[in-house]
Amino acid sequence: MATINKRLKDIKRVIVVVGGKGGVGKSLIATTLSLVLSKRGHSVGLLDLDFHGPSCHTILDAKGVMPTEGEGIIPPEIHGIKLMSVVYYVGEKPLPLRGTEISNVFTELLAITKWGRTDYLIVDAPPGMGEEILDVIRLMKKGEFLIVTTPSNLALKTMSRLVKLLLEIRVPVLGIVENMRITKTKLTEELAKGLDIKYLGYVSFDYNLEGCISNPKKLLKTKFADNVKNILKVV
Amino acid sequence: MHEWALAEGVISTILTVAKKKDAKEITEAEIKIGCLQQIDENIFTTAFRELVKHTPLEKTKIKLKNEEAYFKCRTCELEWNLTNTTNALGREESEAIHFIPELAHTFIRCPRCGSPDFAVTRGRGIWVEHIKILK
Ligand SMILES: Nc1ncnc2c1ncn2[C@@H]1O[C@H](COP(=O)(O)OP(=O)(O)OP(=O)(O)O)[C@@H](O)[C@H]1O
Ligand SMILES: [Mg+2]
Ligand SMILES: [Zn+2]
Repeated sequence: MATINKRLKDIKRVIVVVGGKGGVGKSLIATTLSLVLSKRGHSVGLLDLDFHGPSCHTILDAKGVMPTEGEGIIPPEIHGIKLMSVVYYVGEKPLPLRGTEISNVFTELLAITKWGRTDYLIVDAPPGMGEEILDVIRLMKKGEFLIVTTPSNLALKTMSRLVKLLLEIRVPVLGIVENMRITKTKLTEELAKGLDIKYLGYVSFDYNLEGCISNPKKLLKTKFADNVKNILKVV
Repeated sequence: MHEWALAEGVISTILTVAKKKDAKEITEAEIKIGCLQQIDENIFTTAFRELVKHTPLEKTKIKLKNEEAYFKCRTCELEWNLTNTTNALGREESEAIHFIPELAHTFIRCPRCGSPDFAVTRGRGIWVEHIKILK
């Protein structure tokens, strides 16, 4: 516990990207957000908390890099971002874990990683509201939650359960991002209003996005990235 | 080295416990080292001694004891220990487990049924077994 607090001491803001629902674009938004912030001269860390399906390294095209060891573990910088992920150790092999084991991995990662002075630590959370989310709440007291959803009623319902939980335990919620918008609807905005949290804007469905995964330079030039920059203005 | 991070954790645990017990002096600490992480005792000791300089633990003696790592398969209930597994582990795999013991689930399988669904029942991590203090 004390070790973890010490490790997180020099981080100014921790932004946790969550959604409740799977596949809504959390990883892409978290990674793009990191890239944009880093391009603006901030020092940025990115923590991939999805142990069963880590994605950030694929989006950033992190290959052949490893953390360096020195009284802890220093994550390598990829396109200016300090990326920490279990992927360095397990590669593309499966990592089957049960509840407490997930919690243990999380604790170990936080205890060994030396982020150093960091303006923003972006956390890419897996779907659901299990161990990873509860542990972020328990161990990363600086965490501010950025909610990602699609305007589908199925995603919205799962997302709003998560938001209710976050509000109940009084952790800071930055607001909701509506992702993969194809047609204009007011659903997400109205739901945000109903939950009494900020609607941060939308990110359009971008048909060219798939071709930009593993190519951060190209990713930054997409409409998707422009939309993410607009969200950043509101946050 | 990861041993440094572990030593840091151990030191802060000892200090917290000692404070709770109102200790004036901490004379000895017994530290149990689970074998799963293959912690290098020499590096650990060096790290410990370096990190306690100018702290109340500067003169504290440390005793290191090992605990063999045991697994229990959740599928067929076989229990086995690390020594029966290590031969199969390569350097990179041991290294991964060294940092995060749960990564065993990527590299170790039940020797009887091949399941990756097992529990580490003993010998995970590092912990302070007990401390001797003066009040
Ligand atoms: N605005 C968008 N336009 C088009 N495709 C998108 C958009 N946002 C995300 N995607 C695509 O949707 C898929 C899911 O995205 P991503 O992996 O970021 O979601 P996730 O919420 O992190 O998923 P998981 O819950 O599994 O972690 C990806 O294939 C991604 O390329
Ligand atoms: Mg994801
Ligand atoms: Zn078995």
